Amino acid sequence: MKRKITSCNFILGAVITVFMLALILLGFVWTPYDPEAMQGSLKLQPPSLLHIFGTDQFGRDILSRVLSGAGSTLLIALGTILMGGIAGILVGAFTGYFGGWLDEGLMRVNDAVAAFPSVLLALVIITLLGPGTYKVMLALGIAFIPSFARIVRGEFLRLREADYVTSTRLIGVSTPRILFVHMLPNILPALLSALAIGFNNAVLAEASMSYLGIGVQPPDASLGRMLSESQTYLAGGPWCAIFPGAFLVLLILGVGLLGEGILDQFGGGR
Amino acid sequence: MKYIIKKIIGLIITLLIVSILAFFAFEVIPGDPARTILGTEATESKVQALREEMGLNRPLTERYVQWGKDFLTGDMGISYFYQIPVREMIGDKLPITVAMTVLAFCFTLLLSVPVSILSVRYENHFFDRMFLILNQVTMSIPPFFIGIIFTVIFGLVFRWFTPGGYVSYTESMSGFLSYLILPSLAIALPRAAMTTKMLRNSLIAEMHQDYVRTAYSRGNSPWRVLLCHAFRNGIVPVVTFLGMAVADMIANSIVVEHVFGIPGIGRTLIGSISKRDYPVVEAIIVLIAVVTLVMNTLVDLLYHRLDKRIEV
Repeated sequence: MKRKITSCNFILGAVITVFMLALILLGFVWTPYDPEAMQGSLKLQPPSLLHIFGTDQFGRDILSRVLSGAGSTLLIALGTILMGGIAGILVGAFTGYFGGWLDEGLMRVNDAVAAFPSVLLALVIITLLGPGTYKVMLALGIAFIPSFARIVRGEFLRLREADYVTSTRLIGVSTPRILFVHMLPNILPALLSALAIGFNNAVLAEASMSYLGIGVQPPDASLGRMLSESQTYLAGGPWCAIFPGAFLVLLILGVGLLGEGILDQFGGGR
Repeated sequence: MKYIIKKIIGLIITLLIVSILAFFAFEVIPGDPARTILGTEATESKVQALREEMGLNRPLTERYVQWGKDFLTGDMGISYFYQIPVREMIGDKLPITVAMTVLAFCFTLLLSVPVSILSVRYENHFFDRMFLILNQVTMSIPPFFIGIIFTVIFGLVFRWFTPGGYVSYTESMSGFLSYLILPSLAIALPRAAMTTKMLRNSLIAEMHQDYVRTAYSRGNSPWRVLLCHAFRNGIVPVVTFLGMAVADMIANSIVVEHVFGIPGIGRTLIGSISKRDYPVVEAIIVLIAVVTLVMNTLVDLLYHRLDKRIEV
């Protein structure tokens, strides 16, 4: 059944998200300048037609650096929600569907892990693993499992006694098939909006960690590190901070609106 | 009463799990703490002697119990890097972070409650619509970026404060608090925007309830209905959210401290992570988790007081 798209959040969110993603994907294949190329004569140039976002303290083009930095942010965020999402769905589906002592036990551990703010949990994992792009992805992925598991569990718990689930069980459909073929599509709106929130949290966490110098390491570009480097030059070149920050804000805004829009649009009036 | 006991038992069990996770997470790290302290030059017999002294040769469970006991009495181990007790390292920094988080929490309430009440009172008015857009944008700004924007606007353009000119609370209490205003505001703004959104939605849902119509029909003014009738019920679901927001504010204060050059617990944490100073990291993480869990339990209890029907 096709439904008319009516949610403002959904439309606006989709437009911003697609625009930002297109920019970032473009950044993977083409940037106006080499993000690492330094030009001594063009230090801290304000935005101009040649350098739309201006240049930084080494004369590097900020637009190119923002695009390549956003690229690693996107990779980390997608890796995080992929990892956290898959593990969260598995844990949430089984605990929500079966219940019992396994559910009780796992949810206690879940509560305990969720007691750490996810950035902090990621920091602990980084302490153990050391910094680097893939390690940040792994750390955030693990840190995000509890929140996904909780949401998925709630949804499976809600649907467990639904008539169509009982009927499929009665005609002898295998449990994994009931869980992932019959029930999973029905929780998609909740899951997708949780993934959107997770994506934003991952972007935020990655930016914070790179800002603190324990996330993405040089030479990989990163929006968080650009912001931290820009702080020394705030008086001479505020654009070094404004543009990477604004890029982050737009990305988070777009995905956030999209996540809410998905619930408005497909949430089935819940 | 039964509910309170159940909650407290739940809290104790979760705290136990947290402590076990934290303890064993730092046990699986490759490398010998005794060798880390003594350096690579030390002889094997010296390392063995220190291992014995630190109790590293005893069984794992015994060491966990000892660690837990020490932690409860305030002995959090000794920093590998500085060779001083962890308690001394974080003792004087804890009040800074606590002050910042408390301020941020107050700002969140002071901003979100009046704003959401006004926006419900003038629902769908032009200003309400404008405000909703502004609110959505504010929600999307990372706190540390707000901190940077504040530094540019208030530090460099208006020169209301000196960026990095932190004043210790031992020097001047008022200077200390006024330096913390902007950082706390930076932490509070996105949270306040989220709280406003939730409170607004919750209040609007309440305004469509039957009891609100009854209150109107008895001749109450719109303000009175909103403040004395709807607000009391509308705030209930928001309380849980505020409880969880505390954990988030602590995490954000770690980053924002860095923006404003405040020597709080976050600085120590990040420094210790870079230096792989595990006892310090472990102590700070466990402390934060304990604060978060206790806060969440208190919020659950408050929630229960506000709405006695809740029994989960």
